[in-house]
Amino acid sequence: MSSRGASSGLVVADVSFAWGGRKALEGVSFAAPPGKFCALLGPNGAGKSTLFALLTGLMRPASGRIEVAGHDLSRAPRAALARIGAVFQQSTLDLDLTVHRNLTYFAALHGIGGREAARRADAALDRLDMREREGEKARALNGGHRRRAEIARALMHDPAVLLLDEPTVGLDAAARRAITDHVHDLGRDAGITVLWATHLVDEVRDEDEVVILHRGRVAAQGPAEEIAGPRPLTDVFLTMTGKAAA
Amino acid sequence: MTALPDVPAALAPGPGPWLIALRAIVAREALRFVHQRERFVAALVRPLVWLVVFAAGFRSALGLSIIPPYETYIPYEVYIVPGLCGMIQLFNGMQSSLSLVYDREMGSMRLLLTSPLPRPWLLMCKLAAGCAISILQVYAFLAIAAAFGIVMPWGGYVAVLPALVVSGLMLGALGLALSSFIRQLENFAGVMNFVIFPMFFLSTALYPLWKMAESSTLLRDICAVNPFTQGVELIRFALHARLEPAALGWTLLAFAVFAGLAVRGYDPARGLAQRKA
Repeated sequence: MSSRGASSGLVVADVSFAWGGRKALEGVSFAAPPGKFCALLGPNGAGKSTLFALLTGLMRPASGRIEVAGHDLSRAPRAALARIGAVFQQSTLDLDLTVHRNLTYFAALHGIGGREAARRADAALDRLDMREREGEKARALNGGHRRRAEIARALMHDPAVLLLDEPTVGLDAAARRAITDHVHDLGRDAGITVLWATHLVDEVRDEDEVVILHRGRVAAQGPAEEIAGPRPLTDVFLTMTGKAAA
Repeated sequence: MTALPDVPAALAPGPGPWLIALRAIVAREALRFVHQRERFVAALVRPLVWLVVFAAGFRSALGLSIIPPYETYIPYEVYIVPGLCGMIQLFNGMQSSLSLVYDREMGSMRLLLTSPLPRPWLLMCKLAAGCAISILQVYAFLAIAAAFGIVMPWGGYVAVLPALVVSGLMLGALGLALSSFIRQLENFAGVMNFVIFPMFFLSTALYPLWKMAESSTLLRDICAVNPFTQGVELIRFALHARLEPAALGWTLLAFAVFAGLAVRGYDPARGLAQRKA
């Protein structure tokens, strides 16, 4: 297996999790194939962030299985984590380091150092149109550019699966659009499986895969246009999650 | 776009990837420390105040008999130097722990915890980084103390290095273990009251065990089992170019216990992982 396309993307099978006694996820199953942009839609409190914590190995599910590019996250956590790129809801940049150093530090945590790390940082920043900002401290960047730097960083180790937890929160419309477009392109051009958690339906395109999460369960899944049918996806989403106007 | 390599760099055989991470984590902590100049000054001023002010006042009040490793009567300032070295490392360990709790609240700890390198190794890298910084602080303190005329035997300045490594790792591991059990930054004040102060005052940092026994044998016993006491004694003997095997053994044991607790605390299947931040 030498190309990302041969991997099996992301598989979540019958995953459950509870915070103490309160169930947060119950029997969640879905698959995101290689190269697909998969939108994880859910209102606040649906369990998206809990699912992200499980997908990134920060917590272990009570039951069920998570596979990343064919590697079981519980049985082979290192092999699975090596193939995940993650952008968390909360920024994880070191604000006192330059953009470039933030990227090379991350590369080192993936065992990539020296010239190779610098080369990959340049390439990742080029891909996100961030090269001219590489010498700036992360603190000096606006919200949109910080997000782009984080996405560039998450691509440093050529992950097979890119996970983004509400990456456009707090951004203005233009920055939101730019980042949504960038990540859609990544999935298509680089063959990366993208899981994009959001509650903003306008970030989803017709050709995207959609998983609607509601109260810790999967309420619907499939191509966006199939789930929406003749109605706008927003209406369908609001109806399913019980938020439609009475 | 290049093809995905068969084996990701982090999983490549050999120590290469592990050492790359170690170097980066130590460099980052060092850079952070250099940027926080006030932290460095605070780390030095604290023990110097004890040395110059407290020791001067206490000198006449406290009579010290000749106890190993000292071979003659020593002024009180000389007695408390090892304890103050330990104090620097204790505060540094707690400071690293504080920054870990902060990192976790701010999210950057996630970066470390989602690395494909083994988690115990990543925690060890964090420990090594904190320990290296504490040793720099101790040597700066010893240099200033020497400028005040409080000089140790020359061999002691060399022999103390491995002792500082062991005690620094032990106190850093204590901080790391605590950080995995502290949920929020606000709870950290409690750590100051219930960990740093008791550890420091119930030790041989300021007064020898026999002096403590004069007032209470129970307090003496508590002091004797305090891992901080063992760390301080290890440093005290090393500063006189002598090895105290019991202190070394106890300090290593405490390190193993604290490191074990830290690894357990940061295990995704339990510890902080199962509590909602």
